[in-house]
Amino acid sequence: MSEKELTTRQSLRFDELWSYDPAPESPDYVKIKEQYQLFIDGKFQEPESGNYFDSVNPSNEEVLALFAEAGKKDVDKAVAAARKAHNGVWSKMPAKERGKYIYRIARLLQERAREFAIIESMDSGKPIRESRDIDIPQVIAHFFYHAGWADKLKYAFPGVDPKPLGVAGQIIPWNFPLLMAAWKIAPALATGNTVVIKPAETTPLSALKLAELIQDADLPPGVVNIVTGAGETGMEIVRHPDIDKIAFTGSTEVGKIIQKAMAGTDRKYTLELGGKAANIIFDDAPVNQAVEGIVNGIFFNQGHVCCAGSRLLVQEGIADELVQKLKMRMETLIVGDPLDKNTDIGAINSKVQLDRILGFLSESVESDQRIYQTKCDLPEKGYWCRPTLVENVSQSHRIVQEEVFGPVLTIQTFRTPAEAVSLTNNTPYGLSGGVWTDKGSKIFKVGKSIRAGVIWANTFNKFDPTSPFGGYKESGIGREGGIHGLSPYLELS
Amino acid sequence: MIPDFKQTVPIDQIGVEERVARFRTRSIKKESKLFALKLALRMVDLTTLEGMDSPGKVRQLCYKALYPHEIDPEIPQVAAICVYPNHVKLAVETLKGSGIHVASVATSFPSGMGRLESRIDEVKYAVEEGADEIDMVISRWAFLKGDYGYVYDEIAAIKEACGPAHLKVILETGELETYDNVRKASDIAMYAGADFIKTSTGKISPAATMPVTLVMLGAIRDYYIKTGNKVGMKPAGGIRDSKTALHYLVMVKETLGADWLDPDLFRFGASSLANDLLMQIIKQKTGHYQSPDYFSIG
Amino acid sequence: MSNRLNVLKTCKLYIGGKFSRSESEHYFPALDKKQKPLANLCRASRKDLRNAVQAARKAQSDWSGRAAYNRGQILYRMAEMMEGRREQFIAELERAAVSRRRAENETDTAIDRLVHYAGWTDKYSALFSSVNPVASPHFNFSIPEPTGIVGIVAPDDYPLIGLISLIAPVIAGGNTCVVISSEKYGSIACTLAEVIHSSDVPGGVVNILTGFRADLIPHLATHMDVNAVLCAADDPEQKKNIQESAHLNVKRVHFYDGTNWMKEESQTPYYIMDVQEVKTTWHPVGI
Repeated sequence: MSEKELTTRQSLRFDELWSYDPAPESPDYVKIKEQYQLFIDGKFQEPESGNYFDSVNPSNEEVLALFAEAGKKDVDKAVAAARKAHNGVWSKMPAKERGKYIYRIARLLQERAREFAIIESMDSGKPIRESRDIDIPQVIAHFFYHAGWADKLKYAFPGVDPKPLGVAGQIIPWNFPLLMAAWKIAPALATGNTVVIKPAETTPLSALKLAELIQDADLPPGVVNIVTGAGETGMEIVRHPDIDKIAFTGSTEVGKIIQKAMAGTDRKYTLELGGKAANIIFDDAPVNQAVEGIVNGIFFNQGHVCCAGSRLLVQEGIADELVQKLKMRMETLIVGDPLDKNTDIGAINSKVQLDRILGFLSESVESDQRIYQTKCDLPEKGYWCRPTLVENVSQSHRIVQEEVFGPVLTIQTFRTPAEAVSLTNNTPYGLSGGVWTDKGSKIFKVGKSIRAGVIWANTFNKFDPTSPFGGYKESGIGREGGIHGLSPYLELS
Repeated sequence: MIPDFKQTVPIDQIGVEERVARFRTRSIKKESKLFALKLALRMVDLTTLEGMDSPGKVRQLCYKALYPHEIDPEIPQVAAICVYPNHVKLAVETLKGSGIHVASVATSFPSGMGRLESRIDEVKYAVEEGADEIDMVISRWAFLKGDYGYVYDEIAAIKEACGPAHLKVILETGELETYDNVRKASDIAMYAGADFIKTSTGKISPAATMPVTLVMLGAIRDYYIKTGNKVGMKPAGGIRDSKTALHYLVMVKETLGADWLDPDLFRFGASSLANDLLMQIIKQKTGHYQSPDYFSIG
Repeated sequence: MSNRLNVLKTCKLYIGGKFSRSESEHYFPALDKKQKPLANLCRASRKDLRNAVQAARKAQSDWSGRAAYNRGQILYRMAEMMEGRREQFIAELERAAVSRRRAENETDTAIDRLVHYAGWTDKYSALFSSVNPVASPHFNFSIPEPTGIVGIVAPDDYPLIGLISLIAPVIAGGNTCVVISSEKYGSIACTLAEVIHSSDVPGGVVNILTGFRADLIPHLATHMDVNAVLCAADDPEQKKNIQESAHLNVKRVHFYDGTNWMKEESQTPYYIMDVQEVKTTWHPVGI
C-alpha cells in the first residue's frame, strides 16, 4: 500500500469513550438590571424618546435586558457633556492625574474581571474561556498601558508638541464588545480627549457595566459618555458638528459611509474595517503548530474577527496531510454553551449574522464547492454554526473574496511563494496575514510582500496593547495600540 | 521506508506551549472526572529505581500494585511495576496471575554509557528473568553529536534482543533540550521499532513535561498516519498529582483520540501519583477531601 | 536685443518617464504675471490620468523596494540638477508669478528642501518604527511602509516650493505619485519634470499632469488604484469632492491648503508619515 493510500485511510476516534461533563461558569452572582439607561455627564439618564430595545443572549435567545435608544437630542446632550468636561476639567488636569484615573479604571476592572467575563459571554455568545483568558485581560492591559502614556506624550513625538483634539465620537462592533470599548476609550483618555461612545446594539451590556465602574472610579462627569442604539444613533455621532474626531470599528461597508459623511468637514477619523486574511502554510512549516494557528486563526471567537485567517493557502506538497490534520483537530472542538469552561466555539452573535453565514454556505453548495463540517451536536435553542471548511474553491468565488465573519475557512493551494503572495494580496482588504515556515529569511521576504497591517509569522490572532493594529487598503485608516495608536487622537504641530 | 532523520518536522516551541496551556484550561468534572481518575490509575507504571532497592522494597511495591486500596473493591489495578533487572524475577513471582506487567529498565540505565554488547546482554537477562516490558535508554551522546544512524541501529538491535517483550525507548528529553530534538529522537525510535516512546529516566531534571509529551504524541500521530502502526507513549517522572495526570489524558484524547486512552498505549511512569489518584477517586465518591494517612504507601 | 526669433517650448505631460502630448490633443495657454501668453500646456484628459496611474503602479514595487540609501541619493541628485538650473527656475518663476527676490528665495528653498528630504529616506523609519514589548513570548515590531500610489493636487500659491514640498516626502517614503499641477503655473511643473527626468528617478515614480483640476480631480479621487490623495489646492468644492470619492476604496486623504510652504516648519518627517502604513509583525521567540 502506498503512503498516499495509508494517509487517507488512517483516522482517529475523538467522539467516543470519554467526554467531558458540563462545567458551566455560574452566572449567579452577576447582577443584570432589567433596563439600562444612557450614561451621560456621569449620570444614568433616560432617553428623550422613551424608547428601549432589547439585547438577547444568542445561546438561548432569551432577553438579557432592555437598553435605551439614544436619538439626536441624547447625542447632543452627550456631546455637550463631553465638551464641557474636556474644556473645563479633563484638558486642564495635570496629565499625571489623568493617568491615575485610567490606572484606577484598570484596577477596578481587574477586581471585577470574572463578572465582566461572564457578562460578555452571555451577551455576545463567545466562550467563557476566551472572555476570561483573552478579552477581559486584554481590556485591563489596555487601560494599564495607556494610563502610563498620559504624562509622557511629549516623548512620543519628536519635534512637535502634541495636543488633544477635544471630543472623540466612537462607534464599536459586537465581536469584542468590551475590548473594543477599551481600545477606543483608553487611548482617547490618555491623550486628553473626552469620549462619546456607542456600543453595538446586540452587545451593549458590558459597556453599561463599564459605565457603572466608571462611576465607581469617580471619573469626572462627562469624560466618558456611553450612548446605546443602532446605526441611526451612530450616524448622529458621525454627523455631529461638535465632535472633533470619529473612531470607528466595524464593516468596510459602514466605514465607507462614515468616510463619505466626513466630506466637507475638518474632523479627523480612524477606521478599523473588515478583512479577508490569508494564512499561508509553506511545506517547511512546523505543521502541527500550523494546524493550531489555522484553528486559532479562523475559529477564535466563532470567526467573528476582522483579522481572522479566513483563507487558508497551503503549499501543494503538504496540502493533503495538512487538511487531514486540520479535520482531525476540528473534531475535538467543542461547540455549545458559552458559559461552559470547555466550550471552544460559542454561539453566533445574532440571528442576522447566522443567516448571513448560512447564506454563504448555501451558495457554496450551489456552486459545487465541498463543505466539511464537524459532527458535533448543537443545542436546540440559540444561533449556532459548526466549524466549517470549504474546499474546491477558487479565487473568483464570493466566499473567497468577501468577509464571512463566521467559523468558515476556505482552502486553496499554491505552488510557489510568488503565487502565495499574489493570491494573498488579490483582495481589496489588507488587515492581516499569516506566514508559516521554518525559514527565517522567507518570513521577512513574504511578510514584507503582504500588503496588510499585521503579519503573524508562525502564530496567528495575537493581540497586545503595545502592538499597533490596523489595516492597509480597504481595511481601514490609522492604527490602534502602541505608540502609533496615539497620534490619531492628537494634534501634532 | 526510513526517513532522513536530518530532515525531521520542525517544531515551534511557543506554539507547543500555547497548545498545552489550552489543554490545561479543560475543566474535568463529575463522572468524567471519576472515569479519568480510574483510567489514569490503570495506566500507572509503579516504579522504584533506586540503588537502595532491596527485595523487601520491591515486594512491598508489588503488593501496592496488586492492592492499591483494598478497602474499595472498585479500585482498578495499575498497569505495571518497573524495576531494575536483578529484581525482575521476584516481581514476576509476586505478581503471578495478576495481569500486571513487569517492566525492567536495562541498557546501562540511566546514562546508557556501556558497551552495546553488554547493554544487549542486560536486556536478554531481564527478558529471561521474565520481564515482558523493557525500558531502554538511547545514547544521547551519539544523538547530540548528530550520529542518528548509531541511535537507530542500537534501538533496532535492542528491539531484536527483546524478543516477545515490548520495548519502551527512553529519550531522556531533559538532555535533548529542544523540541526539535525530541521530535527527531521520537521518529528515530519509532522507525527503529519502539513499541512505546518514553520521556525520561526520572534521574534528570526536567523529566516529563506536557509540552515534551505533546511533541511526542504529535510524532506518534504522524507515524500512525504514515504507517498505520500505533506506538504507545509514556511520560515518566515529575507527574505527581491527579490534576496534572488528567490534563495529560486530555492531551492524549485531543491529539490521538480514544484509541490511546488505554494502558496498552499510554502509561504514566510515576510512584507518588498512584496515591494521589486514589485520594481523588475516594473524594469523588464520598465528597470528602482526603488525608494521606488513609492511603498505604508503596 | 537681437532680432533672433525665440524658440518656444511645447510643454508636455510627463507620464511613465516619457514626455507626451495629451491623448486628447487639447491645449490651454499659460499666462505670465502680466496675463500675456507664456506657453501652451497640455490639457490632460481622464485617459492621461489613467495612464499616469498605470505608470505609477508599474513603478511602485521597484521604487519601494529600493534601498533607502539609493532613494536618498536620487533625491539628492534631483537637488543637484535643480541647482544647475537655478537661473532657469528663477527666471520662469519671475516671469510667471513673483518678484525676482521671491523667485530666488523660492528656488533656493526648493533645492534645500529636496536635500532635506534626501536625508530623511534612511532615517524616518528608525524614528517611527518600534519594537513593542508584548506580554507574550513573541518578538513584535512595527515599521512604516509606503501607502502606494499617491495623487497630489498642487497648490497655486507656491508654484515651485509647493510642488517640491508635496512630491519629496511622498517619494522619499517609497511611494509613487501622480501630480495634478497648478492650473496657473503648469509650466514650472513641466520644467520640474525635466529635472526629474534627468536625475535618475525611475520612470513612473513621479508623473506630472498639466490641465484643469475640475477635469482631473473627479477621476483621481474615484480611481480605485490610487491609495491616497494629498490636496493643497483650496477650492472647498474640490476638497469635498475628493473626500467624498475617497470612500470608494478608503483612500487616505490629507488637505494641506493654507500651508506656508516657504517656512522651515513646512518640512517635517510627519509629511512622510502621512503616506506611510504601519506594519506590525509578530514572531514567537523560542528554540
